[in-house]
Amino acid sequence: MNFQLILSLVSGIFIGGVAGLLGTLMLSKRMALVAGPLGHLALPGIALALIYNFDVSLGAFPFIILGIILIWLFEIKTKLPVEALTAIVFAFGVAISFLLLPIEKAKTALVGDITKISLTETLMIIILSILIVALVKRIYSKIVLINISEDLAKAEKINVKRYNFLYLGIIGIMVALGVKVVGGLLTAALVAIPASTSRNLSRNLFQYNSLSIFFGAFSALFGILLFKITHFPAGPLIIIISTFFFLTSLVFKR
Amino acid sequence: MEKDLILEVKNLWVELDKLKVIENLSFRVKEGEVLTILGPNGAGKTVLLKTLLGIFPYQGEIIWKKGVKIGYVPQRLPFIKNIPMSVKDFFELKGISETEIKSILKEIDLEEVFEKGIGNLSSGQFQRALIGWALARNPNVLLFDEPTAEIDIPGKETIYSLIKRLKEKRNLTVLLVTHDLNIVYKFSDYIICLNKTAICQGKPEIILTPENLQKLYRHEIKFYKHTH
Repeated sequence: MNFQLILSLVSGIFIGGVAGLLGTLMLSKRMALVAGPLGHLALPGIALALIYNFDVSLGAFPFIILGIILIWLFEIKTKLPVEALTAIVFAFGVAISFLLLPIEKAKTALVGDITKISLTETLMIIILSILIVALVKRIYSKIVLINISEDLAKAEKINVKRYNFLYLGIIGIMVALGVKVVGGLLTAALVAIPASTSRNLSRNLFQYNSLSIFFGAFSALFGILLFKITHFPAGPLIIIISTFFFLTSLVFKR
Repeated sequence: MEKDLILEVKNLWVELDKLKVIENLSFRVKEGEVLTILGPNGAGKTVLLKTLLGIFPYQGEIIWKKGVKIGYVPQRLPFIKNIPMSVKDFFELKGISETEIKSILKEIDLEEVFEKGIGNLSSGQFQRALIGWALARNPNVLLFDEPTAEIDIPGKETIYSLIKRLKEKRNLTVLLVTHDLNIVYKFSDYIICLNKTAICQGKPEIILTPENLQKLYRHEIKFYKHTH
């Protein structure tokens, strides 16, 4: 096995696993779709990074932060559901990026490319993944409670706005990492599919989290290996394998 | 605040989205009392509970006795089934230990569901689990929003006798919102008829007259005093 493949696999497994974990929190009433529009909004940033040759996550991140602040403000200022607001942000992101993006670079921006990842990038991914896991662990029970009922959370004296903001921040870092693997278009799938699969199979939170991490990581692993054999782009392969796991889980649904 | 009071509300006004939901409401709750808030849909009952919990902004005064701990039993939790969660997981969200969870479940006769999925409980079991959840960390006051809204009649009796038992054992003060006139009558020490403001308040045997209820609901309600 060559070194480049090992780097790709390690990065993919870490990002896939963390996306799976975070996905379990996002599959609740309002957040399931947020990662998608954030990924799309990241597209102009990815486009800039590809044009000027710097890290796509770095390019994506400021745009994602902007998106998060907008979503957060919208949520406080209006009564519209987050999904509607993210849809607005989404269209805007895609529109802008197609103004900027040279067509020969479009594929990388849209579906990602993890197969040429460097050692430094891999190390950054490992560090950020560990950071995300640590943060998620800290806020997990509070966010679950907020997802169940904001009133109940408020009655428990939880600062709902603060936790929502933290949570969106973590999603932001996740999406910035996700665009490396599957590009701006497919990031939502990276987060949503493993968690959906796991939900079909789980009876408690522990199973839900562990299975989601497992399916996220293994989809990335198999997707990248399949790229090695077929030379189709790795990002879409990862999502297709993830979808395959999901369809299989329907058979075993509890 | 007087010594035996646990809550005093003075001239409370609550406005949500520029709509006055509660107007100039005043009442007091004594320690160990069961206070029932009765009223038609849209009368502001749930809003009142949530305002007392500190969820909504208000004008006027809400004075809880110092050091009081409040447990809240919400009406419904429709989103809870989105998350695969055991009863144990649900209680752990409150940060209590496994031993505490088991002892609470025992207290509410739900020991057998410890590992069971929260989505697989019957409506009566789920309601009891919510009550148990509110009991975690030993509150002195329990706030109930329609504790029996989605439960059949025998189930209702069970819930109310459970509340009664817990109240006596733990020396709780209970505030509840309900439509259940008969059970209100058997169970409450004090009643507030709420329709934005207090239409009437006092002891149930004095307050629950057909005239007052008609005023509250603005149409005829047949209600007979129990003689037993």
